[in-house]
Amino acid sequence: MSETEPATEARRIAAEARDRARFEEEALALADQVYRVARRLVSSREEAEDLVQETYARAFRSWRSFTPGTNMRAWMLRILTNLNVDRGRRIQRSPQTQPLEESDYYLANKLASAAGEEALEQEQVVERMSQDSIVNALAEIQPQFREVVVLVDIGDFTYADAAQILDIPIGTVMSRLHRGRRALKQKLAEEALT
Amino acid sequence: MTRDPCDKCEEILQEFLDRTLTNEEWAEAESHLLGCDYCRRRYRFEETLRRYVKTSAAERMPPGLMEKLQELRGLDATA
Repeated sequence: MSETEPATEARRIAAEARDRARFEEEALALADQVYRVARRLVSSREEAEDLVQETYARAFRSWRSFTPGTNMRAWMLRILTNLNVDRGRRIQRSPQTQPLEESDYYLANKLASAAGEEALEQEQVVERMSQDSIVNALAEIQPQFREVVVLVDIGDFTYADAAQILDIPIGTVMSRLHRGRRALKQKLAEEALT
Repeated sequence: MTRDPCDKCEEILQEFLDRTLTNEEWAEAESHLLGCDYCRRRYRFEETLRRYVKTSAAERMPPGLMEKLQELRGLDATA
């Protein structure tokens, strides 16, 4: 062994420790956003906390498989959605019997007939629906539609990111997103306005 | 107001707001929206609704979770 090898090895170890610490810091800075998505994918706060902790445990263990410079938030969410499936939190994908959603103006039409056409122009019109009713309506959407709505509309992921996270084609992201949003509005119309 | 253009406008509401329409479809939708209060109100409503859903659904991390995540730092791949 030459004399320089231990020094090189020490430098390598130090560099790796730095990379790792940097990775962990970046990942932790995303915790709020990761939790926000997790919370809407599962039904309770406790489950969301568990899921986020498992996600970070796995991410920290496998930090070397993250490619620096790529989208870490999407990488974390991919771990999270996979864990969510593994733990069987998601209702099984059975042949869909979800009733056909109403069309896109359905909720607006309902509100307009309750409060008048002009009410639709006012920002407050949505506040007629409580925040709880929004959360409940989201929770009732079928899981494979909900996860796309949660990623795109709440997590601010692009279609491409959502496709990568869920490992499905972009076209499937779009159709699930559209159906999920329609289902959400239908549930809001049923729940919030009755 | 004829129903047909409004039906079409309703069909492309999500793509319009997601900005995934082609330029041609976008222009067609915009020219309809300019002249149609009915659709324009519904588009505006949809935008407001999306914002409201996002704020309503956002829940902050529970206190203490960050500390638990901090404790996971340095986990070994073999652990």
